[in-house]
Amino acid sequence: MSNETNRRDFLGMSFAAVAAVGGVASLVGMKQAWDPLPSVLAAGFTTIDLAKAELKPGEPKTFKWRGKPIFVLEMTKEQIAEADKEGLPKEYHLNIGDKTYTVVIGICTHLGCIPAWKGVKWKCACHGGEFNPSGKQVFGPPPKPFVVPPFSVEGSVLTLGNTGPQSKAMIDARA
Amino acid sequence: MALINESFFSAEGLEKRLAGKKFWKVMMTEYWIPKDINFLWALGVVLATTFSILIISGIFLLMYYKPDTALAFDSVNYTIMQEVKFGWLFRHMHGVAASVVFLIIYIHMFTGIYYGSYKKGREMIWISGMLLFVTFSAEGFSGYMLPWGQMSYWAAAVITNLFAGGSLEAWGLVEWIRGGFTVGDATLTRFFMLHVFLIPLVIIGVIVLHFYTLRIPHVNNQDSDDIDYDAEAEKYLSGNKRESKVIPFWPVFLSKDFAVLGIFLIFYFYLVFFNYNFAMDPVNFDPANSMKTPAHIYPEWYFLWSYETLRGPFFDMLGMKAGDIGLIIFALAQVIFVVFPFLDKDPEVLPAHKRPKFFIWFWVMIIDLLVLSVYGKLPPTGANAWVGFFATGLFLLLWASLPFITKSDAKARGAL
Amino acid sequence: MRELKILGILVFFTGVLYWGVEPFAHSQMHKHVEPADFSFKDVDGLHGARGNAINGKELVTSNCTACHGLKVEGMPAPMDDASAAAAYGVTPPDLSTAGYLYDENYLAAFIKDPAKAALVAHKMVDGKTHPMPGYSWMQPQEIADIVAYLQSIAPKEMTNKEVFVDACQRCHGAKYGDFRFDGTKSSMAAKTPDANIKEYMGTVPPDLSQMIRSRGHEYLEEFINEPGKHLEGTAMPRVGLKKEAQEQVVSYLEEIGDSSKDKRAEYGPKFLGYLVIFALFAWLWKAKIWREVH
Repeated sequence: MSNETNRRDFLGMSFAAVAAVGGVASLVGMKQAWDPLPSVLAAGFTTIDLAKAELKPGEPKTFKWRGKPIFVLEMTKEQIAEADKEGLPKEYHLNIGDKTYTVVIGICTHLGCIPAWKGVKWKCACHGGEFNPSGKQVFGPPPKPFVVPPFSVEGSVLTLGNTGPQSKAMIDARA
Repeated sequence: MALINESFFSAEGLEKRLAGKKFWKVMMTEYWIPKDINFLWALGVVLATTFSILIISGIFLLMYYKPDTALAFDSVNYTIMQEVKFGWLFRHMHGVAASVVFLIIYIHMFTGIYYGSYKKGREMIWISGMLLFVTFSAEGFSGYMLPWGQMSYWAAAVITNLFAGGSLEAWGLVEWIRGGFTVGDATLTRFFMLHVFLIPLVIIGVIVLHFYTLRIPHVNNQDSDDIDYDAEAEKYLSGNKRESKVIPFWPVFLSKDFAVLGIFLIFYFYLVFFNYNFAMDPVNFDPANSMKTPAHIYPEWYFLWSYETLRGPFFDMLGMKAGDIGLIIFALAQVIFVVFPFLDKDPEVLPAHKRPKFFIWFWVMIIDLLVLSVYGKLPPTGANAWVGFFATGLFLLLWASLPFITKSDAKARGAL
Repeated sequence: MRELKILGILVFFTGVLYWGVEPFAHSQMHKHVEPADFSFKDVDGLHGARGNAINGKELVTSNCTACHGLKVEGMPAPMDDASAAAAYGVTPPDLSTAGYLYDENYLAAFIKDPAKAALVAHKMVDGKTHPMPGYSWMQPQEIADIVAYLQSIAPKEMTNKEVFVDACQRCHGAKYGDFRFDGTKSSMAAKTPDANIKEYMGTVPPDLSQMIRSRGHEYLEEFINEPGKHLEGTAMPRVGLKKEAQEQVVSYLEEIGDSSKDKRAEYGPKFLGYLVIFALFAWLWKAKIWREVH
């Protein structure tokens, strides 16, 4: 009698285990169906060739990466001197050859508006925040400098989306 | 004997096969409700009606809405609003009902709190009700994304950002939810699926649970009396309707529901035709633009009080970042009302006006939620930030004090 | 009685919440601005001069038709829209309706100094100039003659759509004017191509199809009359529309943006009337049923 019961129990439990494995496998598959599509992920990488971008020193240009504005500014000698005076380390900026760039996400660190370049610095229309050419907050409510996007550098080409050593250094310099 | 001999095409035959008369008795004419109730008791049916309006208007919207970031805005604001016959009507009805349903939910919730309808056997009703609040919130949030206006996009961006967990920086989770790095087409279509199919299914299931768990302990009454339903039902059925403390769901309880519904519908349709900006924010009539943040981003009014708790702590303290503290309080705020039955230490079921300290607690909570709501809409600058800070602090204090307040009332009454 | 008290409390708290979250909050978010001023007091206008339309015709033909069309006199624009936009940044308007649309003092001031009258001088920096040169070197009488001529050739009436096309469509699209989901190109797209206008203005002016719902009458009236009131430092020029013409613009925006407004006004009272009857019958039935149980 007890043998029969034990065999039934064992069989019942094994069956439940098999069903559970199937259930878990289905859930894993369903989770994967929610994953971002490969084509969407691929679109998340934007390249900017600084040599071909027709940047005018002292005049930032806005690019788009993952739906966000990216401010790229080739700094003038005066702007670099200003940054030195402020005590900002070399790694605060992107240095390629003899040029120095600011590469930041153009979203105000206060409440997310997109500031506009007003000749010498970025000014945010929403609550009056201001950022200097290095992207550091210098006036008003923004609590932090512009965020540095992850990017890697090859020659003069930036690939936004990968974290390279330069962008990591820039991020660390702002910590 | 399982076979039925009466013909399918006869009254008795149909009755035997469907047990319609029996069903009608159990669900309607002999489902007993206390007689000592006021119009607030009708809000359950008002909610069921509003939900039905949402489903029916939703069905018609579904015929013309296009869940694609390039097409959504125009499918709503051109096709539905200006081309489809009565399209403007069911779009307005849907938007206004989605907002008004929360007004009724909050009144319904606070009615339950006031009369103690969440304890001594009614905890499951309360919990299933709070589950409905959470699922309706998810339904409202996902629905608001669909017109793909500026507020649709930015509210989605801000709220999905929260899932990074502040300092936890769980961006992988945020990207998984969105189906991409930013709120985009993948996000829109999956929230469309949630809004149109999955969440409504879940809501219907939880409504069934809510009604089921209500039958067993019976509906509460104005004096929170414990009624002997069998005895009172006897009185009623034997013809002594005036003496009985109970009334049948049909026709007596429902007749009052319909009367209250009549008044509600006048209020609701007045809003649909003449005063709808509170539910259909003008900012959302600007097409979504990921490169242009609106000057003021705010959620719909019913989320404002918890949104303000997110912004309430605006400086670091207790070794934690302000953003993290706010996030924890915000997450808590969505569900904290669930634990109400377990924080109330008073063993008796009584209306708030018979529980002096709880009565004060109740009205202070209402006022605090109103303050949080209004300040949740205002820009969080200057003095506003401080009001939000203290209102959030008060909110937490109220919850912490609930066990002590309720215990104190019970002791004063001699019940503890 | 008790139920009335409960209802009163509900109405009170709902009212306070509504007031705080709607009228009060919105008044905090949008500062009060002065109402629209159609007298254009600030401009260097005609100063009372009366013009001679015949002289004006000569002046216009010799000075303006190099860039501007004059359809009503059989003179089309010298360049097509796209070429003109590429050359000037924006397509110059045909002048046939200018006399109907724009205030005469504004017109005089504009002809003399376009950027100043249009309140876009702040944008003319770093060597940027307004595509239209100023004519302040002319005699005041000549300016008055030009304005008089423009008024003499102007139509007596224009439809709302015609006003919009002439006054706004060079920069702003209004795709709902003839929208199709099947990909048919809208005739209501902005006349200046996006690339040109972005270069010229710094940004692409928004499509106006839903502006009536996103901004509302009051805002639009104040804004069109003086854009800088609501959008400080904006690139949108003050165009100098007369009150009636501006109202026509707003009416057109309503036609394409909120065409169901009339139906709402029609069906609203009908629905509410029916519901009052419904509520009445519901209450009567409830009273009858409850009489037996009280």
